[in-house]
Amino acid sequence: MSAAQQTTDDMAPPPRPPRGWPRARIVGYCLMGLWILAGLALVGYLAAAWNLVWFEKYIPTYFSGLKVTLMLVVISTVLGAILSLPIAYARMSGNKVLSAIGYGYVYFFRGTPLLAQTFLIYYGFGSFRPQLEAIGLWSFFREAWYCAILAFSLNTSAYQAEILRGAINSVPKGQWEGAASLGLHKLQTLRKVILPQAMIVALRPYSNEVILMVKGSAVVSLITVADLMGVTRLAFSRSYDFQAYIWAALIYFALVETLRNLVAWIERRITVHLER
Amino acid sequence: MGSIGTLLSWGSDGWLDEIAYGVFVTVSLAVATLPLGLLIGFFVALAKQSSEASVRMAGNIYTTIFRGLPELVTLFLVYYGAQIGIQAVIRTVQPGATVDVNSFISGMVALGVVFSAYVSEVFLSAFRAIPRGQYEGGYAIGLTKGQTMRLVVLPQLIRIALPGLANLWLILLKETALVSAIGLNDILRWSGIAARVEREPFLFYSFAALMYLCLTIISSFGINKIERAVGPQEPAR
Repeated sequence: MSAAQQTTDDMAPPPRPPRGWPRARIVGYCLMGLWILAGLALVGYLAAAWNLVWFEKYIPTYFSGLKVTLMLVVISTVLGAILSLPIAYARMSGNKVLSAIGYGYVYFFRGTPLLAQTFLIYYGFGSFRPQLEAIGLWSFFREAWYCAILAFSLNTSAYQAEILRGAINSVPKGQWEGAASLGLHKLQTLRKVILPQAMIVALRPYSNEVILMVKGSAVVSLITVADLMGVTRLAFSRSYDFQAYIWAALIYFALVETLRNLVAWIERRITVHLER
Repeated sequence: MGSIGTLLSWGSDGWLDEIAYGVFVTVSLAVATLPLGLLIGFFVALAKQSSEASVRMAGNIYTTIFRGLPELVTLFLVYYGAQIGIQAVIRTVQPGATVDVNSFISGMVALGVVFSAYVSEVFLSAFRAIPRGQYEGGYAIGLTKGQTMRLVVLPQLIRIALPGLANLWLILLKETALVSAIGLNDILRWSGIAARVEREPFLFYSFAALMYLCLTIISSFGINKIERAVGPQEPAR
């Protein structure tokens, strides 16, 4: 197929949708009907379970929980981003020992569950209480909140290092060579030539990582941090009212969808020059 | 408090047999979830690439919901939701009945729906990588729609989707750790019990992490084997 023909094929209008009631349409309308029913059932359930006393008592805690969740995600993402720089550097370095250390770090944090890492840091470091007390770090490891931030920062730094490495590697080698021939040194090349191109590639994985962090942050409720999931568990165990989980699900869903659409919008904005 | 050797020994003094049982539970949960998730994910992907707009929309809603909820929330929704729901239904017949939902099944369903949402995305992009000509060729030699899908498209689809699916398998394996929160005796829960009883949290939690790492490494070897067995990713044309 010639290139010219390819373009005309691409530009041909899509076929008209079939008329009448083909089987796929019946199935589709049934499925959509089910979703609409499920949505109505959800609204109906929330209306039936409506309880002003419950609402006034627990909904304010949801907002404080949401704040804790957001703070955890923002702080650990930023700390993780800073920490990911030396790890990505180690991973890409020509030094065998350095790159093996980087590889081991990334492999450990990507190969074990976040929950296990969180438990290891919060409960596990309790084994070293005398030593930690001696060096004055016990007050840090005693607090679930600090342990959660530490675990999440370490975890996300491993993932972010891989994203960074992949993005930098995705820039063709000629870009380095071209910059070198213009007399830019390595750091300048990285900052002015490579990173602007790499960041476009990295935007989507980075945003996925943030979304995964938002969703993953729910596990800190299992080490007694009062994040959104933590306050939900508390509300449920006190009132045994299932709407506690429904509200949490709605808030998480709204949060993740907002983030996702925001990133899609940013991506459209910064790739305008690549569109044809 | 014994030495590390005794604590991690097999039998009544040590915890190795309990943790080994936990490994068994973790692996069987992941293995049980896999076919469920693959099957649902495949059909959702089929829906999302349908020519009928309403079918596509129904598929997209499924993915959006289950990718938008934290896994832990989905797990608790399924676990407590099923418990309260089934209990309410049974109480209409037999008042005062209490229902305990099996945490293994709840874990399987919750992880399965989340896994399938991601699987459907992998399959969808694999579907898009298969040229129209493959379908048309199938129809031209007289195969029915189902036969074309099964004999022509599916073998290529699996080959293209394999790296993505392998990634999702590793994620699934790690996510099974969440079921320890609803009381299933997996690796993490047994290690937690051992850590509390023996007052050696660091030892047992790092041992648990090591177990997960072993499972990941074994999986990677298995995946490499399978990938080599099904040949290069690009089908020869």
